Amino acid sequence: MNTAPLLAVDGLGKAFDGLIANRDISFIIHHGEIVGLIGPNGAGKTTLFNCLAGFHTPTSGRIAFEGRDITGSTPEAAAALGIARTFQIVRVFQSMTARENVMVGAMLRNKRVAEARERAEQELEFVGLTHRADTPASDLTVSEQKRLEVARALATEPKLILLDEVMAGLNPTEVREASQLVHRIHLRGIASIIVEHVMEGIMPIAHRMLVLDYGAKIADGTPAEIAENPAVIAAYLGE
Amino acid sequence: MTADILIQVLVSGLLIGLIYALVAVGLTLIFGVMDIVNFAHGEFLMLGMYASFWAFALFAIDPIIALPMTALLLFAVGVIVYQTVIRRILKAPMLSQIFATFGLMILLRGLAQFFWKPDHRLISNSLISGNIALGPVQFGLPQFVAALGAVGVTGALWLFLHRTRLGTALEATAIDREAATLMGIDGQKMFALAWGIGAACAGLAGGLIATFFPIFPEVGSNFILIAFVVVVLGGFGSITGAFLAGIIVGLIEVLGGFLIGPEYKTAIVLSLLLIVLLVRPRGLLGKA
Repeated sequence: MNTAPLLAVDGLGKAFDGLIANRDISFIIHHGEIVGLIGPNGAGKTTLFNCLAGFHTPTSGRIAFEGRDITGSTPEAAAALGIARTFQIVRVFQSMTARENVMVGAMLRNKRVAEARERAEQELEFVGLTHRADTPASDLTVSEQKRLEVARALATEPKLILLDEVMAGLNPTEVREASQLVHRIHLRGIASIIVEHVMEGIMPIAHRMLVLDYGAKIADGTPAEIAENPAVIAAYLGE
Repeated sequence: MTADILIQVLVSGLLIGLIYALVAVGLTLIFGVMDIVNFAHGEFLMLGMYASFWAFALFAIDPIIALPMTALLLFAVGVIVYQTVIRRILKAPMLSQIFATFGLMILLRGLAQFFWKPDHRLISNSLISGNIALGPVQFGLPQFVAALGAVGVTGALWLFLHRTRLGTALEATAIDREAATLMGIDGQKMFALAWGIGAACAGLAGGLIATFFPIFPEVGSNFILIAFVVVVLGGFGSITGAFLAGIIVGLIEVLGGFLIGPEYKTAIVLSLLLIVLLVRPRGLLGKA
């Protein structure tokens, strides 16, 4: 039996031309867990995501997914293993319809187009976009595009989904819906790491929070613990 | 009487326009997927013509029968060009990319001159020859078959891109390469595929016109300039746009040549390029 954690990051560092974006970050993610990743702007959250999803090769440290070393693998290899991500600024396939967008994701594990289409319908329903299936992605609202990106990522049948600011720019009702969506992803057994600035969206649903500051991890604990952690308060209020 | 001539002119324009469309479709596909302009695209067409010529001259295989082989051969040429040249310049500055494909154009022309001599060659007595008369309108059967073939190939490509798993992956890569890799799509494989298909389209166009067009090492230059106009008019990267624009350019070329004078037809087409760039730089169906 495979007892390795879903994701194990050990001493991860990433530097760009001497600028250190991530330094010595270590943490573990368990199957199905919801983990919030927070930190002030420039703390290195997106860089960490890019390392996990295979867009950047870490300068040091290693990343293991289900016990297997995936440090420096390509994005397509990460996707095939079961790591999906969304972008901070939506990157849907603009000229395709909503359904076609999700079908592209579904084609990773469905060799037949008809099966991929069926799978796409399910994911569109899951995020509540069935009525927009035939609409070109470019005509969807920002909130709908964000959900479409989630549906497309889910269609690749990931074990871990990296959500980059899915709640930014949404109104309070939409934030609540987005929180519920993350919770329903958890109920499917898919783990998620969520970069988020909208605290009221992430704090109630996260099992655990990771806090980055100046590229390093400064806290790792339950939302309640994090809220009272002096180092976190200092990072946010600035000392 | 005048109406008959006009129809005749329009039919000729349509027939040649469909060929332009097929050449341009390959060019726009490569650009759409990887933002590289292939200046050697006309040479892929030239290689397609020579493939037909040698299949006919050496093995007595009719150009129309040789088409599948021509397509496969040029697909292989496209993939090899990608793997040996283009892959190395993916992240290079645009000028390096231009010089690389421009250099490739000169190399392929030079090789063709060296091995096959600069002579104009013709394929005579092919299976498809003669004229068709439809009422007052007359046109050559080879031209008609070539146009029909161009429609078939473009249609097949459209279906491939929109109805198959591999084609959808290619389309997704063309729209957003990074987002596509997150869907598990291997960008390198898609780039090689785009070059293979792009070259095969040009090669097929060459094979289709080989029965009624002289074959010589610089023949590509006749088509590449027009293909650029078509791609710009259709909108860089748009297959449907290139198809429509090919027909429009064919019609304008033949109609303009008829109304103003055949010696001006290239000037007319290139004026169209300037007008499109001034009035609607993104073309008919290009991305804004």
